[in-house]
Amino acid sequence: MDDSVLFSVRLSLQVASVSTALIMLTGIPIAYFIARRKFKGRELLDVFCTMPLVLPPTVTGYYLIVLFGRNGLIGRFIYEWTGWTIMFTWYAAVLASYIVALPLMIKTTRAAIESVDKNLINASYTLGHSDFDTALKVILPLAKRGIIAGTVLSFARAMGEFGATLMLAGNLPGRTDTMPIAIYSLAGSGEGTKAQFMVLMMTVISGGFLYFANKYAKRII
Amino acid sequence: MKKLGRLCLFIAFLCMAVPLFAFAGSTKEITVSAAISLKNAFEEIGTVYESQYGTKCIFNFGGSGDLEKQIAGGAPVDVFASAAQKDMDELGKLGLIVNATRADFAANSIVLIVPAGAKTSLTSFEGLGATEIKKIAIGNPKTVPAGRYAEEVFRFYKILPSIKDKLIYTENVRAALDYVARDEVDAGVVYTTDTATRSNEIKVIVTAPEASHKPVVYPIAVIKGTKSEKDAKAFISLVLSEEGKKILQKYGFKSNK
Repeated sequence: MDDSVLFSVRLSLQVASVSTALIMLTGIPIAYFIARRKFKGRELLDVFCTMPLVLPPTVTGYYLIVLFGRNGLIGRFIYEWTGWTIMFTWYAAVLASYIVALPLMIKTTRAAIESVDKNLINASYTLGHSDFDTALKVILPLAKRGIIAGTVLSFARAMGEFGATLMLAGNLPGRTDTMPIAIYSLAGSGEGTKAQFMVLMMTVISGGFLYFANKYAKRII
Repeated sequence: MKKLGRLCLFIAFLCMAVPLFAFAGSTKEITVSAAISLKNAFEEIGTVYESQYGTKCIFNFGGSGDLEKQIAGGAPVDVFASAAQKDMDELGKLGLIVNATRADFAANSIVLIVPAGAKTSLTSFEGLGATEIKKIAIGNPKTVPAGRYAEEVFRFYKILPSIKDKLIYTENVRAALDYVARDEVDAGVVYTTDTATRSNEIKVIVTAPEASHKPVVYPIAVIKGTKSEKDAKAFISLVLSEEGKKILQKYGFKSNK
C-alpha cells in the first residue's frame, strides 16, 4: 500500500478521534445546560450550535477562515502573539470536524437528557444529592444511550468531513490530506484507480467502525 | 469517573502524536496554492525545485476561487498559481500579491467533448441547439473559471439563450469531465489538458477558436508578507524557465506567448 494512502488513513483516524474526544468533553456539558437549565437565550444557543449542521460545509469553512485566519477576528491575535496560524495545519482539520460534528452530539444528548424520568431526578435531590452528583450519577447514566449515539454519529461525521476542512486546512499532500480530501485530489488529477481504491478503503473503515460501534453499544446498554 | 480518566489518558496519548507533525516542518519550505488542474505538472516541478534548491515545496491544490478565499483570509501561502485572471485580480485589489512577481506562465484551450460511445452528429458548438442534445455539463460560471470560458464561447456563437435549460453546472471542471466520461450527459465543455486524463472515455469534437473567449492564461505571483520571498521567487523562475515549460507542455499546457 502506498505511503500517502497510509498517511491519509492515519490522519483521518487521528483527526476524527481528537475531535470526537473534544466533542465529548464540551458537547455533553453544553447539552446538559441546554436541557436542564432554563436560562434566557437557551434556544438561541441551541440554534447557534446546530447551525453547522444545516449550513453547507464550505460556508462553515468560510466562517472559520473569517474567524481563525491570520487576518481573522480571533486568528489575528493568535498570530500577533505567537506568529502561528491554525490554517493549513492538522489542528485546522480537527477544528473543522469539531464544529461540524458537535451539533450531532448536542442534539442527541439533549433529547436523551430531556427524556430522563423527572421523578428519578427529584428522588435524587430529595435523598440529598447535589446538582453535580445528580447529573453524574443519575441523569447522565440514564441518558447513556443518547450520549453513545451522539458519540458514534460525531465520529462518523468527523471521518467524512470534507468541505469545511478543505477551506480551513487546505489540501496539502502529506500534511492535511485526510481521506475525503485525498479522494477529491486524486479524482481531480485524473488518478481514477487510486481514487477508487481510497473510496473503497473509506467505505470499509467507516462501515466497519459503525458495525463495531453498534455491537459494542448493545453490549454496554 | 474511571471512564473519564481513561478518556483523558486517551487524549494525552493522541496529543503525543502531535510533535511528529509539528516538527516535520522545521526545515526550510514554501507553500504553493495551485489550481487543481495543475496538480500533475506542478508536482513534477516541485520535485525538480526541491532537488535544485533544497527547499521543501508544499502544495495546496483546490479550486481557484477557494484558494483565493483562503489567501484573503490569511492562509500562510507563499506562491499562488490560479487558473483564471479573475481570482488573481481580486487578490491584487486587496493588495495581497507582490505585483512585480506576477506573470502568466501557461495557456490552455477550451474543447467541446462527448462520451466516447455516443452516436451523435454533433460537429460544432452551434450544433448544441439540436434536440438530440439534452444535457450539457460545464463548470459553474460563478466559481469555476472553465465554466466562465464555456459561457463566453456560447455567447460568441449566440446560442446561450437557446441552450440555457440544458446546462448542468458542476463544482469544478473535472466533475464536468466525469459526467461526460460516465455518459451521464450528452456533451461537456472542458480544458484541453483535462481530456488527456480520460482519453478512452471521451471524444473531442472541436476546439473553441481563440477569438471566442478570453485567453485562458494561468497567472502566478508571490503572496505579500511571505517569510521566504527569495525561495518563492525561485519557484516562479523555475516555472517560467525552459525546464518548467517542458514539464507543463508534457501535461498538455501551451506556453504563454
